[in-house]
Amino acid sequence: MIKTKYRELYCSSPRYWGGLASLVFLILLGMGAAYYMEHNGHFVTGMSNQIVWGLPHVFAIFLIVAASGALNVASIGSVFGGPLYKPLGRFSGLLAIGLLAGGLVVLLLDLGRPDRLIVAITTYNFKSIFAWNIILYTGFFTIVGLYLWAMMDRKFEKFKTPIGFAAFFWRLALTTGTGSIFGFLVAREAYDAAIMAPMFIIMSFSYGLAFFIITLMAAYWWADRTIGDLRLARLKNLLGVFVGSVLYFALVYHLTNLYVTQHHGVERFILLDGGIYTAMFWIGQVVIGGIIPLFLLYSPAFATSRFAIAVASMLVLIGGFFQIYVIVIGGQAFPMNLFPGKEVLESSFFDGVVAAYSPTLAEGLLGFAGVVVAMTLVAIGARMLRVLPESLEDPADAECV
Amino acid sequence: MSINNDQPDLQRRNFIGKTVLAAGAATVAPGVMLTVANAGSEEGVSSDVRWGMLIDTNKCADGCTACVEACNKENGIDLIQRPEGQSDEMWDAQRPQWIRKVKLRDTQTGEVSNLPMMCQHCEHPPCVDVCPTGASFKRADGIVMVDRHICIGCRYCMMACPYKARSFIHQNVAEQLTGAPRGKGCVESCNLCANRIDEGQETTACQDACNQEGHKAILFGDLKNPQSEIAQALKTHHSRQIRADLELNTGVRYTNV
Ligand code: SF4
Ligand code: SF4
Repeated sequence: MIKTKYRELYCSSPRYWGGLASLVFLILLGMGAAYYMEHNGHFVTGMSNQIVWGLPHVFAIFLIVAASGALNVASIGSVFGGPLYKPLGRFSGLLAIGLLAGGLVVLLLDLGRPDRLIVAITTYNFKSIFAWNIILYTGFFTIVGLYLWAMMDRKFEKFKTPIGFAAFFWRLALTTGTGSIFGFLVAREAYDAAIMAPMFIIMSFSYGLAFFIITLMAAYWWADRTIGDLRLARLKNLLGVFVGSVLYFALVYHLTNLYVTQHHGVERFILLDGGIYTAMFWIGQVVIGGIIPLFLLYSPAFATSRFAIAVASMLVLIGGFFQIYVIVIGGQAFPMNLFPGKEVLESSFFDGVVAAYSPTLAEGLLGFAGVVVAMTLVAIGARMLRVLPESLEDPADAECV
Repeated sequence: MSINNDQPDLQRRNFIGKTVLAAGAATVAPGVMLTVANAGSEEGVSSDVRWGMLIDTNKCADGCTACVEACNKENGIDLIQRPEGQSDEMWDAQRPQWIRKVKLRDTQTGEVSNLPMMCQHCEHPPCVDVCPTGASFKRADGIVMVDRHICIGCRYCMMACPYKARSFIHQNVAEQLTGAPRGKGCVESCNLCANRIDEGQETTACQDACNQEGHKAILFGDLKNPQSEIAQALKTHHSRQIRADLELNTGVRYTNV
């Protein structure tokens, strides 16, 4: 087998710097939005005492979930020994770090007191799953950083497998932690389900791989390098399996909820008469994020179409975004049932009614800037480090396939 | 006393936990001195008491909001100004409410009842469990509150509270009371008038207001003292916790719901 050669991602300067400049512009917009919200207070957002986590949280959770999934390709390469995936390991690590950083930036800037970062990282309540998550995130950066190093430095190479294993388990813990943020909220009917954690893991596989495919294709297009059909087909089939599993888990989640009579209200809300949330579930999550991508990935008509793969990955991301939106916002909009068997006639605090939420531009800009931060880090990282193979042509000898 | 300041700069946790009971002065904000009353004990709050409330919904009058108004006044919630350009609906959804009146109808029997809802001062408070920094805390005497100096405004406690008892401060705060310092970006909720209790008083503002209106629907006191009026009443009347299924052992109990 020919040794894979890695090279920094060079493309013509105007193309690179022009691209980077537009990314930085979008980040500046996001920072402006964050400053505007911090300066005025959250009253300029659509968030309220009813919907306390809004659009920025949707972006942040989406990116954090995708981050751990992006590491999957590296894990398959070095933990499970998939030869076709091995050359992709470095890029997978870089993308994972970028996505996590993007998500965390949004989370941090959406705090009521972002200036209290020091408090957040020095004062811990170890009973809080949130505090655990902070440790999981920091650990993820460290471990994936070391993993990248082990993959890139020959002297350090002997640690690659053990660190690879550590990274693999860490990322499972991380997504479990993210899922558990919701799994622990016993009072809210939409969240009180043990399946939340495993469902988040499979969601991470799917979103992470979709991000991976898109950024990889974009990078190779950007730098005029080639990716072989075989390798893309592998990635595409894997994505199909993950997309199918996400649909399956969503089905199980709703079926188990329907089994518990107490949860019929919230199920009805999401599946039937929740207005925008019902639409987002069926059209966004199921059709755009599930059925169409599956069709694009598996239909023989698109068997060799790279465009179809790119579109399918994009749709998986859009559908995934809707899925998190429905979980985070829909789950809060549905009223908590404080008084079973009673109907609320009057309350100044929206008891018993579906809470309204319409995000403002500032929230959208901040959230989107998180995605851009991730992409910028990847673009800079790929130019400075040798993470991308010079060529991803399919290997000539079929054996290693 | 009312001060004009956005973010009071005092260590509230220490302030509450220990210092509040020691006679002394604490610097509240640059140039402002606040005298903290002595509650007569040097040890801080004690777990020998557990403050709680019993609310008789039969006595809670339809349309009366005396408790809500008293709470707003006592804790300076009425000083919070509506930001310019905020719609009515948003103001309702974003302004802090420590206590709210709820009117219910039993779907089966049609019986209508009224009750005030506030922080239930859970013995096992989910808000405290989930708070990453420990800003949400339960005092030894059972009062659950927020240390506004280490609250980072993540709002996870609001997600976790089964009673929607907490409010986030969405706007700049121009004017506030020293007894209830607050700032933009932090979460707060009913603290059973901790400032009054720590001064040695034995009633809450809402209870006083309700009594004054002649309804006497709210009874506040020490649940652990068998001699206290509330302990006696709880012994003889059937009361219940809202969402008792969550087993949070709330300090606020209701009869006739
Ligand atoms: S009612 Fe809510 S805010 Fe109050 S102690 Fe219980 S969980 Fe915390
Ligand atoms: S908003 Fe403040 S009090 Fe509530 S969980 Fe976060 S840090 Fe704790």
